[in-house]
Amino acid sequence: MAELDIKDIVKEENIVYKKTSVLTDNVMHYCPGCGHSTTHRIIAEVIEEMGIQDKTIGIAPVGCSVFMYDYIDVDTQEAAHGRAPALATAIKRLLPDRYVFTYQGDGDLAAIGTAETIHACNRGENITMIFINNGIYGMTGGQMAPTSLEGMRTSTTPYGRDPGLMGHPIKMTELVAQLPGTYYVTRQAVHTPNLVRKTKKAIRKAFEYQKLNRGVSFVEVVSNCNSGWKMPPVQAVKWLDENMLPFYPLGDIKVPEM
Amino acid sequence: MAKVKGAIVVDTERCKGCELCVISCPTHVIAMSKKVNSKGYHYAYMENPDACNGCTNCAVVCPDGVITVYRMKVEEKTEV
Ligand SMILES: Cc1ncc(C[n+]2csc(CCOP(=O)(O)OP(=O)(O)O)c2C)c(N)n1
Ligand code: SF4
Ligand code: SF4
Ligand code: SF4
Ligand SMILES: [Mg+2]
Repeated sequence: MAELDIKDIVKEENIVYKKTSVLTDNVMHYCPGCGHSTTHRIIAEVIEEMGIQDKTIGIAPVGCSVFMYDYIDVDTQEAAHGRAPALATAIKRLLPDRYVFTYQGDGDLAAIGTAETIHACNRGENITMIFINNGIYGMTGGQMAPTSLEGMRTSTTPYGRDPGLMGHPIKMTELVAQLPGTYYVTRQAVHTPNLVRKTKKAIRKAFEYQKLNRGVSFVEVVSNCNSGWKMPPVQAVKWLDENMLPFYPLGDIKVPEM
Repeated sequence: MAKVKGAIVVDTERCKGCELCVISCPTHVIAMSKKVNSKGYHYAYMENPDACNGCTNCAVVCPDGVITVYRMKVEEKTEV
């Protein structure tokens, strides 16, 4: 058989993957290899596949993903630091037919916004919360977050996090799973192709569950902060595998009883 | 017998050179260019295009969604 030329394969009718149009053409400002970009992309893909672009309202946080509204092409409201679940509560109660989701880092959701997180989950607001846990304050220069691992070096824990002095890393996802107002709680990651596919399915479920009016669907994404961790992307995802995942194991934590 | 052939097109100007696609390709198709784009990033390209089967792994893992994947079935004729 004569070898096929690339030109013969690269044709419109042979496309099996291309960027979704729900992601704008703006170049995302995230560092190379950052899991924020990947998570934005798969949220946009889910919105496209469900055909809900004009019915979805996002809440952007403070943190590296503060400009989420420039990338995911849906109506978006910017919240004050940590207040996304409160804002989502108001929007969903006023517009109950919309799909409302928050997108929050670990500094946002698990430090300054802990009260909003716990109470929205306890009230059982009918929203989706997407929680990007990179174990650090990425945006502000790599300070320790409540989620930073024991012994982890950050700009505010240069000798490593000492739980005796700085407390233990907090597992927000296990914590909110205890509350009666959460309906679906899962922990995922996006640094390999198969994990991306799984996370996308989890985000899809989380959005689908909003139709049932049964409470919060909560998706943690264990992610990498290459700049804060001071590692190139390939090394950072290896570090994530070896250090973050043993403490933050992947999988469903609370699934609806059918 | 039908064989599956794939190809990828990288939007080189938007590639940030993270190399996550390189480590995710099961058939070692992708390498990083010696040249850089206008932002100064070495970009991904098909170094070994014959090995691509269009599995989409690289595009699914690419944070910035800069890879388009193509796949087609090719009928292999047995030589007589
Ligand atoms: C009220 C208030 N306090 C503090 C800050 C400073 N600040 C900006 S982002 C941030 C933490 C971001 O960390 P995280 O939520 O983990 O997001 P990441 O950048 O890691 O994705 C802080 C403390 C602020 N902007 N507003
Ligand atoms: S600082 Fe960290 S979280 Fe922020 S864009 Fe860079 S890698 Fe991502
Ligand atoms: S489509 Fe699959 S085989 Fe082709 S370059 Fe991408 S990962 Fe490799
Ligand atoms: S994963 Fe995407 S951004 Fe990273 S090197 Fe490959 S093509 Fe470039
Ligand atoms: Mg963070």
